[in-house]
Amino acid sequence: MAEDIKKPATLATGDRTIPPKDAKMIPIYIMGREYMVPETLTIMKATEYAGYSYVRGCGCRGGICGACGTFYRFMGDYRLRAGLACQTVAEPNMVLSQLPFFPSNRPGYEIENTGGNPHEELRSLYPEVFKCVGCGTCTRTCPMDIDVMDYIALMKRGDLKAAALKSFDCVQCGLCTSRCPAQISQPNAAQFVRRIYGKYMLPKASHLSKRVEDVKGGKYEGMLKELTSMKQEDVKKLYVEREREPDLAESGKWMPKDTSKL
Amino acid sequence: MSGGYTTALKELIKKVEATRAARVEKARKGDHFPALTMEQRQEWLKKYHPDYNNDGRRAVEVGPNKGTVYPEEVSTLLESKSRLNTRAVDLSKTDYETDLLVIGAGGAGTAAALAAQEAGFKVLVSTKLRHGDSNTVMAEGGIQGADQEGDSPYFHYLDVIGGGHFSNQPGLVAALTNDAPLIIHWLEGLGMMFDKHPDGRMKVRHGGGTCRKRMHSSGDMTGAEIMRVVRDEARNRAEGIKVLEFTPAVEILLDESGNAAGAVLYNLETKEYYVVRAKAVIVATGGFGRLHIQGFPTTNHYGATADGVVMAYRAGVSLQDLDSTQYHPTGAIYPEQNVGLLITEKVRGLGAQLLNIEGEQFCFPLEPRDVESACVIRECREIGQGIVTPTGRHGVWLDSPMIDMLHGEGAVRKELPAKYIQFKRYDIDISKVPMLIYPTLHYQNGGISINEWSETSVKGLYSAGEVAGGVHGRNRLMGNSLLDVLVFGRRAGIKAAEYMKSHEAGKKLSLNHVEKFNKEIEKAGIDNGIASPLLLPDYAPDHVRTRQVG
Repeated sequence: MAEDIKKPATLATGDRTIPPKDAKMIPIYIMGREYMVPETLTIMKATEYAGYSYVRGCGCRGGICGACGTFYRFMGDYRLRAGLACQTVAEPNMVLSQLPFFPSNRPGYEIENTGGNPHEELRSLYPEVFKCVGCGTCTRTCPMDIDVMDYIALMKRGDLKAAALKSFDCVQCGLCTSRCPAQISQPNAAQFVRRIYGKYMLPKASHLSKRVEDVKGGKYEGMLKELTSMKQEDVKKLYVEREREPDLAESGKWMPKDTSKL
Repeated sequence: MSGGYTTALKELIKKVEATRAARVEKARKGDHFPALTMEQRQEWLKKYHPDYNNDGRRAVEVGPNKGTVYPEEVSTLLESKSRLNTRAVDLSKTDYETDLLVIGAGGAGTAAALAAQEAGFKVLVSTKLRHGDSNTVMAEGGIQGADQEGDSPYFHYLDVIGGGHFSNQPGLVAALTNDAPLIIHWLEGLGMMFDKHPDGRMKVRHGGGTCRKRMHSSGDMTGAEIMRVVRDEARNRAEGIKVLEFTPAVEILLDESGNAAGAVLYNLETKEYYVVRAKAVIVATGGFGRLHIQGFPTTNHYGATADGVVMAYRAGVSLQDLDSTQYHPTGAIYPEQNVGLLITEKVRGLGAQLLNIEGEQFCFPLEPRDVESACVIRECREIGQGIVTPTGRHGVWLDSPMIDMLHGEGAVRKELPAKYIQFKRYDIDISKVPMLIYPTLHYQNGGISINEWSETSVKGLYSAGEVAGGVHGRNRLMGNSLLDVLVFGRRAGIKAAEYMKSHEAGKKLSLNHVEKFNKEIEKAGIDNGIASPLLLPDYAPDHVRTRQVG
C-alpha cells in the first residue's frame, strides 16, 4: 500500500460529490480527455469529480454570474452547443471546453453626459452593432435563452427601451461574443443601453428624491438617536406594537395611524 | 433531463392541490396563519436552530477573541497558520503604490472604490476571482429603503433591530436605515433598472419581518443588476480605479506605528506575490458560506471562504457575532442538481405558503429568517411531517402556483424569471407545481467589528459588507444585505478618503503581526495542517486527492 501522499482537506469541502453506490458512470471528454463520472451531475460538478480544481471558470455556482460559459458537442454530432457549466447536466459522450474569458470591446463613457441622443452615442461607442449580419448564432448560443439577435436589431432601430428589457437576463458570459461574425460585444453594448434606459428613460421616483432631501436635511437623525439611546425593553415594546402595512395596500396612498415618525 | 417529479412525489402534490383553492381564498382576505409570539420565537430557535446546537462548536484558542465559542469550522480556520512564508517576502521593494487598497470586488468593495475615487484618490482593488464575483451578484429578492410616504427610517430601524433579536449595534442600524434612501437614489442615478410603476414610483413589497412594504427589486436578480451597474461605473473610471483580478490579498501589512499600510497580494495564476503600499486599506472580502458550517449546503459564491476575517484577526482586530450563521429557510432540495440553490424570499413575499406532507400550513410564511428556518426544521425533524426526496433529503413544499392565482396568470414567469428557468430545465414548471425546500447556509451574520463609519480598531483599516459584523446582530432580514454592502462600502470609502487627506503611507512595512500570530498558535500546541486564507474550497473527491503527487 502506498502511503497517503496528500492529507485530504478538512475545511471547505461540503460541495464534494458523494455519488450513490449504484451510480451509473458515464464518459465525458474534458478538453478532449476522457473521464468517467457519475451521471446526473452538472458539468461543473462532473469536472470537479474528475479532479479539476477551479480557479477560473467557476463563480456563483447558481447560474447568475456568467463565469462558466461552456461549449460542447456530442461525439458523432456536428452541432455545437452551449451552456453554463453549473447549470447543464453532463451527458454521455459530451466533449466540452469552458470559455472562462473572451476579449471584448468596452469603450468608456460618462453616464452623466450621455442622455442627449443615446442612439447616436450607441453608434459612436459601438459602431459594430450596426454591422450585425442577422445570422442568429448569438441567439442560438445564449445559455439564458435570450433572443440576442433581436435585441441587437432593436438597438439598430433605436428602440432602446425594448433592447434594455429584452437583454435584462444577460449574465455577461461572453459566449455570444465569441461566436459573432460581425465581432460585436453584445453584453457590453446591452449594458450601456440598460443604464441609459434606467437613468434617462424610466421615469424618476419623485417620492424618493423628496425623501432624500429629508434625509440630507437631517430629519431622521433625532428620531434614530431617540431609538439608539432607548432602553432595550422600550425598543422591544415599540417593535411589538408596530402597525403592519397590509400586503395589498396601494403604495403612496396607505398611511399608518401614527404619523408622528414619518 | 430528470423528467420532473417522481411518481411518488406527484402523488403527494395532489394533497397540496386539494387544499390550494381554500388557502388562496383565505389569503385574498388577508387571513394568515398566525405568527409566533416573541416567547415562542425564542423557544423555537433554542430547540431547532443550528446556531443553538452545541455539537460542532468550540472555543477558539488564539487571537483577540480567544475563549469565544464558534462553529468548529470557524475556530479551526482562526487557529490556522498563514499561507504566506513571511521570510520569503521582500518588503523593501514595493510592486504597487496607491492611495487606497480595497480588498474584495463585490458590492461593498466596488462601492468603497467609487466613493474614494470621487474624493480624488487613487484606488487599487485586489480580488480573488473576477470583478463582481461575490454574494452580491447572487442576492435575488431586493434591497430595503424607507422611501414611501407611510414609512420612514424610524420603522426600518425597528424592523432591523427586532429581526436581529435586539443584538445588533444600534449605531450601525441607525446608519444603515438613515442612508438607505440615499443609496436607492444613488443607484437610480447610475441607471439601475428598478421595478417601477408607470409614474416612476418604486414598486415595493414586504419581506420577512418588515412592517412596511419597502423591498425594492429588479426582477428576481436585484443583486446581479446592482453589481452590473456599479461595476460598469467602476470600469468607466478605470483611470482612478485599477482592478487586479485573480490576485487576492493574503496578508495585511502594518507600518511602524501599527497602522494599516498595504497588503501582500498573490497572483493565483503565476503564483507570484506582490507588495502593495497604501495609505489606507478596506477589507470587503465577503462571507464564509463555503466553510459549509455543520455540513450544510450553501447558497454562497465559490469564493466565500472568510479570507478577510482571517487576515484582520491576525492584524489584531476583534470579531463579533461570528458564532451566528444565517440559514435561509428556503434552499432547493429537489432535483439533486438544484440542491443548495436559493429560492428567494420574494416567492413568499408574493404569497406562496409553506406546506407539510399533508398539504397543510404549519407557520406564518414571513417570520424572520432564523425563526422561519427553525419552523421548517421542526416540522421535518420533530413533527415528522416533512417530505423525503429520493436521495434522502427532508423538506417541505413551497406552493409557488398560488402566485399566479393571487396575482394573475403569468405572474410567476414575470416576477421570478430566473427561478422559473432553473426549474424548467429539469421539467418542473413552478407556476404549476410546488417546489421542495429546506434551510440552507446563507449568510455570515457576524464578522469584523466596525463602527458606523466602517472603522476597525486598527488605524487606516476599514471593513464593510458581509465580512463585517454588528449591523444585523444575530439575524438579518431580507433586503438588508444589499443595502449593508452599499451603505458601509460607501461610508468606508468616504471615511478612508478623509483619513488619507492627513496621513501618508507608512515608511516601514511589516508582517511581524503574522509571525507573532504563528508563534501564538505554536505555543498553544495547535497544528491543524491548514494554511489560510483558504482562498478556494476543495471539492476534488478523496479518490483523486489521495493520488495527487504535485
